[in-house]
Amino acid sequence: MIDQSFKGFTSDPRKIDVEKGQLKFFAHATGETNPVYFDEKAARAAGHPALPAPPTFVFSLALGAPPSRGNILGDMGVDMRRILHGEQSFTYHRPIHAGDTITLTTTTSDIYEKKGGALEFIVQDTKAENEAGELCAEMRVVTVVRNG
Amino acid sequence: MTNSTDLAALAVGDTLPAHTQGPINRATLALFAGASNDYVPLHIDSDFAKAAGMDDVFGHGMLSMAYLAQLITHWVPQERLLSWTVRFTAITPLYATVTATGEVTEIFEDAGRRCARLAVRTVTDKGITTIDGEAVIRIN
Repeated sequence: MIDQSFKGFTSDPRKIDVEKGQLKFFAHATGETNPVYFDEKAARAAGHPALPAPPTFVFSLALGAPPSRGNILGDMGVDMRRILHGEQSFTYHRPIHAGDTITLTTTTSDIYEKKGGALEFIVQDTKAENEAGELCAEMRVVTVVRNG
Repeated sequence: MTNSTDLAALAVGDTLPAHTQGPINRATLALFAGASNDYVPLHIDSDFAKAAGMDDVFGHGMLSMAYLAQLITHWVPQERLLSWTVRFTAITPLYATVTATGEVTEIFEDAGRRCARLAVRTVTDKGITTIDGEAVIRIN
């Protein structure tokens, strides 16, 4: 069982750089064919100051800068053999580009079980802010732990 | 890429051009693990996956969601994507080819913005729906 004391806990903010090389690698790894995501000239021609982070990239930023407390893959003690990604949401406010430094804050909003504890659900909400302190994106991750 | 004139004429029932990626092989998963910072061994270590009771390694949910993002961003510029939420309804097995599709389900106004709600999903070549969700895009 997951320690319920994590419920409602908000992590310390942590910073991560949005690296041009990683965005290009991400584009390659996902078979991206739209040059806006890997060619800086194409990105600028489309009105971007630098390569844009694609829609799901905040998830990768959060994995790259996990919280010291409230980390599903760390101190929460979840068995990595038993996790599944249940749900994923993003809400966007401002674009994120290569060269930005993003500050992430993660709240473990809920921990609940179904089927008499055979399945546990961890709901985490992460905010991503830029260096100006402006909210760029919000993300919700629902992780399922199979105890059955 | 759809221009703004086309978007103004968008109607319920309109579909997005389908987007197919794959087949997903072990190299795909290794590359995506590195590129996305996702080192969960279920996706890259067959021994670990089998010990965990799986048939083999399987695709990251976020890999298919990245393909689903491409469905949208190859259709309209990313800035038009306001929000989206998905459920992962089945794992994506090794060697699957993934097709992302979308359909307009609603046209509505929100805070002065004209928006379209899309039903979006990914389906494998075996006909298994792996992601089911919805996205909201700005169309004015």
